[in-house]
Amino acid sequence: MQNVATTHDDDKSQYFWVWGVLLLLTAVEVVLAYRQVFQPVAMLEALMVLSVIKSALIIGWFMHLKYEIAAMKWVMMVAVCACLCLMCIFFVDAQRILHLGVK
Amino acid sequence: MSDIAVQHGMAGEYEPSLFGTYSKKIGMWLFLLSDTLTFGALLFAYSYGRISNPDWPTPFHKESIIKATIMTGCLLSSSLTMVLAVLAARRGDRSWTRNWILATMLFGSAFIVLHGMEWTKLISEGMTPFKNPWAPTVPQFGGTFFTLTGMHMLHVTIGVIYLGVVSLRKMFLPILLAIWVIVWFATPADNVFHIGVHALLIGAVVAAVILFLKPKDYDAYDVEIAGLYWHFVDLVWMFIFPLVYLMSTRVTG
Repeated sequence: MQNVATTHDDDKSQYFWVWGVLLLLTAVEVVLAYRQVFQPVAMLEALMVLSVIKSALIIGWFMHLKYEIAAMKWVMMVAVCACLCLMCIFFVDAQRILHLGVK
Repeated sequence: MSDIAVQHGMAGEYEPSLFGTYSKKIGMWLFLLSDTLTFGALLFAYSYGRISNPDWPTPFHKESIIKATIMTGCLLSSSLTMVLAVLAARRGDRSWTRNWILATMLFGSAFIVLHGMEWTKLISEGMTPFKNPWAPTVPQFGGTFFTLTGMHMLHVTIGVIYLGVVSLRKMFLPILLAIWVIVWFATPADNVFHIGVHALLIGAVVAAVILFLKPKDYDAYDVEIAGLYWHFVDLVWMFIFPLVYLMSTRVTG
């Protein structure tokens, strides 16, 4: 196996911390949902915020994007965020069906 | 930028990469971006149906939530072991690279088994892609649920095979074929996984073609790229878990 030059992201303890935080956030999600702490729409928002934080930790640390150069980070993240945001257009129609019925 | 390219051992007679890293990694990132949109579309479709139907069924009770939470723990732990495999590969430590990848595969397999049990339970209660026993007016629940979670389960299965190829190479083929035969005979003929397990056979054929036509000693770069794919599978579940399982309350406000 080829020995690759080590970089600043080789400190193992940071990955255990990230893993611990991810498990903790998952536990928070389960408690929030199981005890129905918020009303449904607020619950959806709270869960999505927690999920975005979890995904940022996974992308940043586990996928090492944190240690890539700025061009890589911007191209990858801006492209995917822009495309996903475009899909939000559909939610307006979902609300229309909910409040006005299917036409 | 060129300094970073040197750090990754990619500098040579060619101009340094615009993104400061090697081509295979950029290729995997681009694939993952396209896959993000696939899963994004499925998640948005599920959420669209969820929001626009006040009668959306909520069949996931305590048992399912506990099972899905354990599955989430398995995937998160598998991501940790995968990172440790990448670090071991960078050190040139073959034995620990293999051990950590095998641990990752074990967690991934546990996820697939638990998910299979969850599917079997839902199907036994009368859920199909076209109808469900909890909300007859919302037939699309089964279709969106099985498509979304099935697509994810397929990705996890492909990930386990991918890691098996990288860590065990040709040794993995008989293991994969043995698992295929065992699961095929162990599942009842009317179980969805009696048919679904043939995905392993297709995976074995594809893996054999790759391993025999282009045999190579997979290096630290290959392990890192396999890791990127694996973490992505974990990432997608971080959205499926709350949206599908935890949102057991209605989203009508």
